[in-house]
Amino acid sequence: MADKTITVEVLRYRPEQDPAPEFQRYQVPFSDDMSVLQALLYIKDELDETLSFRWSCRMAICGSCGMMINGDPKLSCKTFLRDIHPATVRVEALNHFPIERDLVVVMDDFIDKLERIQPYIIPAEPRSLDQGAYLQTPAQLDKYEQFSSCINCLLCYAACPQYGLNPTFIGPGALALLHRYNADSRDGASAQRMELVAAEEGVFNCTAVGYCSEVCPKHVDPANAVNQNKTTAAADYFARFLKPKGSGK
Amino acid sequence: MRRPLKRSNAPIFWGLFGAGGMLSALLGPVLVLITGLAVPLGLLFGSDAMSYQNMLAFAQNWLGKAFAFAVVSLFLWHAGHRIFHSLHDIGIHGGPLAKLVCYGGALLGTLVAAFSLLSIGF
Repeated sequence: MADKTITVEVLRYRPEQDPAPEFQRYQVPFSDDMSVLQALLYIKDELDETLSFRWSCRMAICGSCGMMINGDPKLSCKTFLRDIHPATVRVEALNHFPIERDLVVVMDDFIDKLERIQPYIIPAEPRSLDQGAYLQTPAQLDKYEQFSSCINCLLCYAACPQYGLNPTFIGPGALALLHRYNADSRDGASAQRMELVAAEEGVFNCTAVGYCSEVCPKHVDPANAVNQNKTTAAADYFARFLKPKGSGK
Repeated sequence: MRRPLKRSNAPIFWGLFGAGGMLSALLGPVLVLITGLAVPLGLLFGSDAMSYQNMLAFAQNWLGKAFAFAVVSLFLWHAGHRIFHSLHDIGIHGGPLAKLVCYGGALLGTLVAAFSLLSIGF
């Protein structure tokens, strides 16, 4: 099949035997249409069945195969060996997450945050079936559509220096999704979500680095979502003092 | 995640940072050009444009006072916030002490500017 070979360096960590993560090198024959994920699958099938990594769709839809590739957070299915050859491919688990095994990271922190943002439409008023479907104009769709493309691949978390320094930060991906629901004309729960946006864990941890938006494989712009919410959180902070006492928070 | 969530007081500092950033982006370079190069070198303006008498008159006018106060204090709040976050970025997590020095410095500068501008009268 292949006429060329490429060196793949994989950060291995098997907690039952390795005192610390260390690199292991493999020689992988490849053709121009092969992705880094396919190289890992070749290693697993032909060279070393003990290698562990997450994957599913092979076409940048499922968000499972995010990893550090030569230092950058990338989807391994969307990164091609021909673009790296003749250099070595260095593959590591995503930055800023604990390693469960080899390239598999512990996602619990993100899943907890995802639940916290209430990532579903909460209508302002209950709607009955006879009221029919919600209607939305193209302009209303535009407000949230790009933020709905998130596939929870965590590349933006591996890219975010502030999440790396302070893991209590809600982080770019979850905040982009929070904004996706806040910005939806069918949703009425912005005020409920404001507690989290304005909290010490919220948007003000961001220092507008913008690397999250650069690495997003689905062209979501989390930095934009976070910074729009800084403005609304600041307005909410000062608006409290203008409301009469006892009118709620 | 901790519950109940504590509201961040960042909007105060972020607001001052933003205001100072806007002002310094718009006025900073041209102020350096005028006060640092053009006037000392006698270009564009007369060489006595920033003489003591002229500057005193400027600072005694209420509009000049407001301008000098906004430029001095908001630039300081912008710088304080920027330095505080840059320290954090390069791994110096000074916590309350860094906050006190950065924002305290800006507050001190603001108070000194206000006191000085008021004490020279109108």
